[in-house]
Amino acid sequence: MRVITRFIQRFPLWSACLVLLPGFLFQFAPIALAQQEPPYFVTYSSVLEEPGNLEIENQNIAAAPKDANAFFAPTVEFEYGATAWWTTEFYLQGQATQNDSAVFTGFRFENRFRPLPREYWINPVLYVEYENVNGADKSFLEITGNDTIAGVQTPNAIARKEVVRTMEEKLILSSNVKGWDISENFIGEKAVNKSNPWEFGYALAAARPLALVGGSKACTFCRQNIAVGAEMFGGLGTRYTFGLKQTQHYAGPTIALNTPSGWTLKFSPEFGLNDNAAGVLWRFGASYEIQQFRDWFRRKK
Amino acid sequence: MKARFLVFSALMVSSLLCFATANGSWLKKVPEADRARVNPYAGNVEAARAGANLFHNNCAKCHGENAEGKGSRPSLKSERIKNATDGEIAWLLKNGEVYKGMPTWAGLPEQERWQIITYLRSRNP
Repeated sequence: MRVITRFIQRFPLWSACLVLLPGFLFQFAPIALAQQEPPYFVTYSSVLEEPGNLEIENQNIAAAPKDANAFFAPTVEFEYGATAWWTTEFYLQGQATQNDSAVFTGFRFENRFRPLPREYWINPVLYVEYENVNGADKSFLEITGNDTIAGVQTPNAIARKEVVRTMEEKLILSSNVKGWDISENFIGEKAVNKSNPWEFGYALAAARPLALVGGSKACTFCRQNIAVGAEMFGGLGTRYTFGLKQTQHYAGPTIALNTPSGWTLKFSPEFGLNDNAAGVLWRFGASYEIQQFRDWFRRKK
Repeated sequence: MKARFLVFSALMVSSLLCFATANGSWLKKVPEADRARVNPYAGNVEAARAGANLFHNNCAKCHGENAEGKGSRPSLKSERIKNATDGEIAWLLKNGEVYKGMPTWAGLPEQERWQIITYLRSRNP
């Protein structure tokens, strides 16, 4: 709680925006959302944003690792469906650490492309991202290389001085089998402003709605609006140290509620699987999808 | 200026692609086995009601609340849709026409896609 308070004190304007944004959107865009996105925090599936839609998401992570200060790291995402085969996304990130400070940690710009025109047993999506984040980043949006939880012990004042600009590529493979979404991500990352070697990581997940058949009445807590699943992710070392040695890994259940009013709420406790990982990462997020956002800028006929 | 030109070009290409969806070329791509598939909910009133909710949540913003079409996005009350088999529409919902503006809806459970088709048939017998 103190971490959140510190974040609010350090970034009053950003905090106010985070609080007001959902209310603003709810007032001006009371539109139902598309309900096909799986409840993952780290893993990507082959589901892209529908063309013209804008999804605004606030996802947060809180953790109290052993031998390090507790932290809270919010990320705001703006995801736009440019076409049915191309989704583009922009992230802003920050974090607050107990007994330390709250800092803005950087931004990311990503693009996802669907190269094949139809639905297959396994559907590939290509992911390209440019990151400009500093060493104080604690968003855990992916884990690559030999990063371990010991990295969060570095004080923000020192960690934020190290700015890493990286290009990150992912091969996203995803299948839909009898209502289940099964997704695998293979991650490769290379710093462009440093001579660091290629770093690798992975993410795996599976999820399905509690009911596969829609109900005849519109309701919020119907089973078809609730998706449950599990996620696992971690690092795979670098080009020179490829493997599981000195890497951190997490796994945990995940749940999402897609409300007919347009909101999606997600929650997941992710448990560290080895000594290099934090005991548990608590993730929670809320997103709102504005359908056909681009129509706001089109002249009405 | 260059950025504006790029955005304008992207919008033009996107609009053209959306328009191209309406030409019905997807019908030729549907495999025979898919064409012949039967809607398990055909004529089911409850399924049509559920389909109406799903249509409202997922399809109406592009195709209109009454499936009448919107801008360059096609009407689902057209003769083409009327004459298409349930299997052909199911194939389109599953695969989309991603290069022509229609996304894939394979992420929706198959049963829900059939419910949407049942709803469309109830509006456009």
